[in-house]
Amino acid sequence: MTTQTASRYTAEYSKIEAKLPGGSLPWLLELRNDALKQFSGRGFPSLREEEWRYTNVSSIEKNLFEPRLEPSDQQIDKDWLKNYCLADCWQIVLVDGYYSAELSNLAGIPKNVTIKSLNELLDADAEQVESYFGKAVSIDEHSFVAFNTAWFGDGAFIRIPAKTLLDKPVQLLHVVTDPNRLAATRNLVIAESMAQAQMIETYVGVDQAYLSAAVTEVFVEPNADLTMFKLQCESEKAYHFGGTYVKQSRDARFSHHNFAFGSLLARSDIHVDLGHASECNLNGLYLGIKRQHLDNHTRINHLEPYAVSREVYKGVLDDRARGVFQGRVVVAEDAQKTDSEMNNRNLLLSNDAEVDTKPQLEIYADDVKCAHGVTVGQLDEKSVFYLQSRCVDEETARNMLTFAFANEMVTKIKQKSLHDLVLAEVLKRFPQRGITQDWL
Amino acid sequence: MLNIENLHVSVVDKPILKGINLQVKPGEIHAIMGPNGSGKSTLSHVLSGKSGYTVTQGQVTYEGKDLTEMAPEIRAREGVFLAFQYPVEIPGVSNIYLLKAALNSIRKHHGLSEVDAMDFLTLIKEKVRLLEMDERFLYRAVNEGFSGGEKKRNEILQMAVLEPKLCILDETDSGLDIDALKVVAEGVNSIRSPERSFVMITHYQRLLDYIKPDFVHVLAHGQIVKSGGPELALELEEKGYSWVENKQAA
Ligand SMILES: Nc1ncnc2c1ncn2[C@@H]1O[C@H](COP(=O)(O)OP(=O)(O)OP(=O)(O)O)[C@@H](O)[C@H]1O
Ligand SMILES: [Mg+2]
Repeated sequence: MTTQTASRYTAEYSKIEAKLPGGSLPWLLELRNDALKQFSGRGFPSLREEEWRYTNVSSIEKNLFEPRLEPSDQQIDKDWLKNYCLADCWQIVLVDGYYSAELSNLAGIPKNVTIKSLNELLDADAEQVESYFGKAVSIDEHSFVAFNTAWFGDGAFIRIPAKTLLDKPVQLLHVVTDPNRLAATRNLVIAESMAQAQMIETYVGVDQAYLSAAVTEVFVEPNADLTMFKLQCESEKAYHFGGTYVKQSRDARFSHHNFAFGSLLARSDIHVDLGHASECNLNGLYLGIKRQHLDNHTRINHLEPYAVSREVYKGVLDDRARGVFQGRVVVAEDAQKTDSEMNNRNLLLSNDAEVDTKPQLEIYADDVKCAHGVTVGQLDEKSVFYLQSRCVDEETARNMLTFAFANEMVTKIKQKSLHDLVLAEVLKRFPQRGITQDWL
Repeated sequence: MLNIENLHVSVVDKPILKGINLQVKPGEIHAIMGPNGSGKSTLSHVLSGKSGYTVTQGQVTYEGKDLTEMAPEIRAREGVFLAFQYPVEIPGVSNIYLLKAALNSIRKHHGLSEVDAMDFLTLIKEKVRLLEMDERFLYRAVNEGFSGGEKKRNEILQMAVLEPKLCILDETDSGLDIDALKVVAEGVNSIRSPERSFVMITHYQRLLDYIKPDFVHVLAHGQIVKSGGPELALELEEKGYSWVENKQAA
């Protein structure tokens, strides 16, 4: 059945195939064809696949989300969009998956830094793209990677040259303006050796059903330092499948902060390959309300010795929302002296809310330090009582503790404009709880 | 002010308090001493309304009202304050916010308007100085990462700001160094008044040197086995609890 729908997509999409970017580049054409074969063979992921056992994607098969070769000509509500454009950042804006020069703001980027639309670069300097494209993730990873590779329309290419310190974050803003549309974007981020930068991926869209399928490949080269934020605030009717695939070279540092707030159904994949003595921090917060389904997958591959990984994912699920956390840490035979900690904590606020959590440790080396922990539960009653004994009524006490639980992840954001935006999005999701900012 | 009559309390069917009688009048200071596990904290929890305790017999009235009928926050707003033996860490909620929220709930409870922001800051800074605390503690999350002594001091700060009528101090002196003990005792003494009463649970005479009690009670096996004046504490220090426990048994 899955493959049947897949073939509908294949049939529909074959109409635009010839006009997709990079059509004159043999390497890309070949890759797209392989991806297409892969996808039409496998179809969308099914519950039988271990990595997808908690997430049923059959609802996206009922629709056929349309691919297009250009952004829609719908007027964008600029006042609304302004909420998501962060001050003190360079912006590269993708509308319906395509670069918008009008909305982007790249004035004053240092000359040696590249922040461009992927299509533009495929025309101007395809070799630069070729050396990174598909190198952090392969089309065999899962069908959505194949899907994205076959049909991506555009994306962003960001390269911070060696020894460059970028003093403002780069915001990559994805906006979908059109119902029933597919926005498939492919992004490449390269922090060359000893570079230092911050990047913010933001996903928003009109209050309609649409499909956002993004793959971001990230290369953190020797001794570089990259911090990435992902703020997923898609419409509550939308489908989001976003993967971030990271390769860390020797001594590289990478931090990722993943905020999954929007979408009817969202799946996020963060994969990190760790080189010698590199360091990665993965932080996540998923807030599910109504009937949202938020799936978070992380994989940390310790491939070489002395790398350190720290992971904290927190979930708050209310109403009939469902959360998934699957965190896998793999320590290869050569990765001695690995130091890894993974922690997933969940709060269920209603009887109908659900979470499936599955941390997995696979260790093939013998001299390592690995720890993981999971909690699923309600609020700590001792804390509720403590607040009550300080005059706070029980309901407010519970709300304060819930908010505090989530806010711990928000307070990790040092950039003020982003911090305030994320905080506003958190507060928006629990309005009935009377949570106010001055609790901070 | 507080009247405890023949109070029996069980935790999951296990009797812990077995007939406590205690009367606290306005302005009085009562010290409660007693061996580990005798039920001192249980008593303090029952008075402040923690769930999980069943009153199987007896009654507790506070200012003429049945205390056991009130929700914990109502008791707190009516002036019952418990300084915890083990204060809880609340990550994500700042100390100053909690103080303000607490103070405003008390004011609202008494039909008063919210405290003026400037007045609040002035008040709170005065109390912080009184307890020789660093102002930065105000902006940290409640008790998070505080040392044992800092937590105890923070409890007394809250007490000094909220100005309760009945202050229950559960081993506030444990974990304080000598200087901190003095500061905390001064904090307590500074809010003593003819209307305000204290119930101090302690294991040590040391605290009572600074805050002189009117009465000393010994709680053992869920009952008050002996009551007396301040001299009783000295006697206990010298002879140990077995002295009163045995006497009771005899
Ligand atoms: N939730 C509970 N479940 C079972 N037993 C309990 C519970 N809470 C208290 N108890 C028991 O009740 C008794 C009294 O405990 P409590 O904490 O009141 O003692 P305490 O006098 O304060 O001791 P300490 O001096 O060590 O602080 C102890 O035996 C304790 O184990
Ligand atoms: Mg105790």
